[in-house]
Amino acid sequence: MFRIFELIGSYVKPFLLEIGGVVLLFMNILRWLVRPPLGLRNILKQLLEVGVRSTTVVLITAVFTGMVLALQSYTGFKRFNAEAFMGTVVALSMTRELGPVLTGIIVAGRAGAAMAAELGTMKVTEQIDALYTMATNPVKYLIVPRFLAGVLMLPALTVLADIIGIVGGYFVGVVILESNPTVYISRTKDYLELSDIYHGLIKASFFGMAISLISCYKGFNAEGGAEGVGKATTGAVVISCMTILISDYFLSAWLF
Amino acid sequence: MIKVVELYKSFDSKKVLLGVNLEVNRGESMVVIGGSGSGKSVLIKNIIGIMTPDRGSVLIANVDITKIKENELNEVRKKFGMLFQSSALFDSLSVWENVGFGLRQHTKMSDKEIKEISSEKLRMVGLVGIEDLMPSDLSGGMRKRVGLARAIAMNPEILLYDEPTTGIDPIMADVINELIIEMKKKLKVTSIAITHDIVSAYKIADRIAMLYNGEIIEIGTPEEIKNTKNPVVKQFITGSAVGPITV
Repeated sequence: MFRIFELIGSYVKPFLLEIGGVVLLFMNILRWLVRPPLGLRNILKQLLEVGVRSTTVVLITAVFTGMVLALQSYTGFKRFNAEAFMGTVVALSMTRELGPVLTGIIVAGRAGAAMAAELGTMKVTEQIDALYTMATNPVKYLIVPRFLAGVLMLPALTVLADIIGIVGGYFVGVVILESNPTVYISRTKDYLELSDIYHGLIKASFFGMAISLISCYKGFNAEGGAEGVGKATTGAVVISCMTILISDYFLSAWLF
Repeated sequence: MIKVVELYKSFDSKKVLLGVNLEVNRGESMVVIGGSGSGKSVLIKNIIGIMTPDRGSVLIANVDITKIKENELNEVRKKFGMLFQSSALFDSLSVWENVGFGLRQHTKMSDKEIKEISSEKLRMVGLVGIEDLMPSDLSGGMRKRVGLARAIAMNPEILLYDEPTTGIDPIMADVINELIIEMKKKLKVTSIAITHDIVSAYKIADRIAMLYNGEIIEIGTPEEIKNTKNPVVKQFITGSAVGPITV
């Protein structure tokens, strides 16, 4: 009987410890976030790394997602003569769901992995200890800029993904499938509401926060040389992606 | 200047420090010797407050750093400079940015002024014209010297050296030893070095302390250590496989 509890505990305890660690890190970030100095140089560097350098891959993903959405909805809707709603489907799917989720997953794979690997390497090569010895708090110096970059750049990238996805859908719908451009645009405009866009951006911001928090936590707690850094990086990407997909459902249920 | 009193530290079931007592006087160069895994690094990390002991105290200029808040601890840390075993240079920053890191964080100096001071500190460790290189462009010995330049950049009162001669060739090791002696003379710093390099210990130490089984078992001048009667210390300094220390 006790064996069962022991077994359950051996799985649950590390999980709870990780959750606790992430929550403590989050509180620590909030504490250091409001303390001067701002560290603008580091923040700008991270905005560039997380945001600007992810733009190309986000745009390529978004344009093809918009295109395939148009193609699939045209094929489906044509069966009951509703292909005029193709534009509406593309716009709503991109802004409410695919824009933030796909951007989140791409940033988790790109910037989240980089955060975990960089901080993990710094941890195992004593660079984080060196920061402490130079009276510099690593949460303030390393994690706060990455956290801010995640929270701010994910919505910015999502706006671009939304726009380019809709443009991709328009290209397939109007240029390739020869739908009426006026109908396509009016159907998009008539059914797309501002709340669809900003609810999507709230989601994106949450995903950005989750990616930075999880990736920094994993990197910051890496142990055991190159293997430890590898594990931290894999863990950061997997857990970030899972968190995005799971929290997406609950956020959608709450927001829409 | 530095006083370690009854320091205990363990990790899970592994007991590393079992009541360490150590006193280092102002301007003194103390070298702590001991085998791999004897807890030397743990001791030095407790002295600078990167680790918190389970029990005991660490007094820096009569302030017990185990009982103060983080911002107060940071003020105490500004008195320190530390050279890490792996140099621990920041990969993403150039050499001069590494050396001037503390100045950028804690002063309002311009980049130009910081670069000038960094160049001066680099000259002190015998490096010229490498300010704009990245740490990945440097050899092991150069990295150690850049690490030393970074440690002295804020004009510290205390210098800590974690295995300063490990991983470099014997000639470069002696260059580092000479630099450590020079730092003591020029900057009048108090220093603690941890090492298992006996040649280096004899050269740079005013006093040597041996850490064994979680305690300081002997302390004395290099001459006293050379003539020790303690079989454990004797075995360690002669580097013999036969004796009370078993691997």
